Amino acid sequence: MDTLGSIFGNGARAFIGLDTIIYALAAIGLNVQFGYAGLLNFGQAAFLAIGAYGVGISIAYLGLPLGIGVLVGIVGSAVLALLLGIPTLRLRADYLAIATIAAAEIVRLLARSGTFREYTGGSAGIGGFSQDFYALSPISEGTYGFGPWRYDERFTWIFLVGWTLVILSSVLVFLLMRSPWGRVLKGIREDEDAVRSLGKNVYAYKMQALVIGGVIGCLGGMVFALGRSSVQPDNYGTALTFFVYTVLLLGGAARVMGPVIGAAVFWLVLSVTDTALREAIDAGLPLGLSTSQVGQVRFILVGAALMALMVFRPQGIFGDKRELAINAR
Amino acid sequence: MRRRAAVVLGLALFAVLTGAMLALSPAVAATPTPTTPAVDAEVTPSGTESPAPAGEQGIRVRVLNAGADVAGVDITVILDGEEVESGESLDSGFLELPVTEPGAYTVTIDPETLPDGLTAQRESIELAVQLGGFRPAIFPLTGGDDAGAGAGGPNRFLQLSAQGLRFGLITALAAIGLSVIFGTTGLTNFAHGELVTFGAFSGLVLNVGLGIPLLVAAPIAVVVSGLFGLLNDLALWQPLRRRGTGLVAMMIVSIGLAIVLRYSFLFFFGGQVQPYDDYQAQAGLDLGPITLRPADLVSMALATVVLLLVSVALLRTRLGKATRAVADNPALAAATGINVDAVIRVVWVAGAALAGLAGILLSLAQGGSQFEMGFQILLLVFAAVTLGGLGTAFGALFGSLVVGIFIEVSTVWVPAELKNVGALAILIIILLVRPQGILGRAERVG
Repeated sequence: MDTLGSIFGNGARAFIGLDTIIYALAAIGLNVQFGYAGLLNFGQAAFLAIGAYGVGISIAYLGLPLGIGVLVGIVGSAVLALLLGIPTLRLRADYLAIATIAAAEIVRLLARSGTFREYTGGSAGIGGFSQDFYALSPISEGTYGFGPWRYDERFTWIFLVGWTLVILSSVLVFLLMRSPWGRVLKGIREDEDAVRSLGKNVYAYKMQALVIGGVIGCLGGMVFALGRSSVQPDNYGTALTFFVYTVLLLGGAARVMGPVIGAAVFWLVLSVTDTALREAIDAGLPLGLSTSQVGQVRFILVGAALMALMVFRPQGIFGDKRELAINAR
Repeated sequence: MRRRAAVVLGLALFAVLTGAMLALSPAVAATPTPTTPAVDAEVTPSGTESPAPAGEQGIRVRVLNAGADVAGVDITVILDGEEVESGESLDSGFLELPVTEPGAYTVTIDPETLPDGLTAQRESIELAVQLGGFRPAIFPLTGGDDAGAGAGGPNRFLQLSAQGLRFGLITALAAIGLSVIFGTTGLTNFAHGELVTFGAFSGLVLNVGLGIPLLVAAPIAVVVSGLFGLLNDLALWQPLRRRGTGLVAMMIVSIGLAIVLRYSFLFFFGGQVQPYDDYQAQAGLDLGPITLRPADLVSMALATVVLLLVSVALLRTRLGKATRAVADNPALAAATGINVDAVIRVVWVAGAALAGLAGILLSLAQGGSQFEMGFQILLLVFAAVTLGGLGTAFGALFGSLVVGIFIEVSTVWVPAELKNVGALAILIIILLVRPQGILGRAERVG
């Protein structure tokens, strides 16, 4: 029963935990770009990195207050979206994918390079910048929550802030997509030329979607940085982007709640398989696995899930097949 | 429903066969406790030049900078967290460090003792030492202002150009497959890097695991890679094409496949860099201003010959012409009686075989195979293919050579760790100003 308890407890915590918040925010941003506007942005990891480094460098290196750091991250990700969008948004979908993935790798390689170690901390990253954030916490010392969800005051604070951001972003997306602006965006996804023939500036709409999605993604990066109290460049590799795609496609693209549910289910499944495998190894079951291989099995599962989703249920759990066939060229 | 069943069957078959191939790996994987401890004392790894006396085994260590030995680097051999042997690297050839028992050893070098300005690409290597055999552990160095053989100036430029040419020729092998697959099927294959890794590890299984000399193992590995490409197409891509799956959906499927394959390699082979048993011990040949190992020269010659053969095949043979016709316009090609599916199948086999060869040569050039090696060059291959023009074979060849030389030569001005940034930036700029690539033809859309 103890084993079952730990599987259940870890799963329940992962369902609404820090990773779920980070991936939900990243996927909400990606949903605006990919789900609604049909933009194949494979550089979402770079937006998270800009958010995380914006806060980290501003506070740890420049000694600025937290508020300015958050502002730097948001402005930085908007600028990145513009820089990325100006050359690439006129490209065909697959070219856009290659260009954005290359841009994201450039950001990561620059961040981890020894040349800029003074500012970015090189491959070790930055730490020790989250005191300001936790000093803002109105929550007094103690343990909060019930059942499997018992958190100390620090985690409770980042948890509340994170979920508030997820809810606000979701509401924003909901309102945006009900508006005429959102309908034009969906029209671009379905048939760009038709929308252009109606006199809409397709390029401007795509750019706005890229900026909004990027800024929401950068909030995820900030939660990542503040929740872990550190920024490490290799956390923002292409694997992060691919995982966020899996989350989005799992929950259902072009659905307001798709990214949130996708992130929760994604981390629930990963946590349950992870804990179950580890417990089985501890119990001496002959799986032919070592504990270090459990993490690799997790990646293999994610890849297989991404393939299977795309082949058999491209609309995800809650998606509507009519809404999104993902056949954009 | 039948199509769906066919896809399920295909995926299952694919998983089983991939697993079967990878199951051959335990002999290679240097897990902390090898599941198959070396039993056969007679199987000394081939290629170690002088067979060790019976009953003696150990590790041969070299520290190399651009093909030249670096002396005076402190080396430590660790077993189960305890130091068992140590020494200093020699200025000529291998330092032999015998160990008393077979097992999984870790060889580390002390970065403090490296010459100024040089950094090790890796500071530790894990090896499974077998009874009666010596395993090579090579530490390549990078960086510094005197990375080339020459002291600087034009010599360094030539040396870097030669290394760039080597890298360019190797990426060209991978790029042609990627480009022609894109041309004939429209698939942006993010799993192409894993075909490269597959070739390298197939060679590793045959060479290190089964003890076949690399000269024999490499052709077999290339054939196995080609079969793997056929399997890719038959089990996954052909059913998806028949279902009419969109190109973007197929691209995301290829990302999923890449993740599955990459972490399967990690799962079965471990994360360490694993060299082939052969051709690790070569000293650089002094060719006037540049220094290259004989293995490098052979690699470059082989790649050139293969690339020429592929070019001639594309230009002169019926099949090559059919391939270019399908790449140009599949519907029109089908209308003229070309069997498009058969052409695509050939393209997959040939593309995967070329990628496998690229993997083997890359492993030789980099001093070992590693589960991420293909993925690490994938974006550079994309850059090369885009530069030359997506979908064209000769564009891929041209783009690869430019990217390869550009990357290496750029280290004259930028730090070595940032050399890929320039290539990726070029990729974006090319997409901006000339998305059809330098050799590609502008296409009318709509």
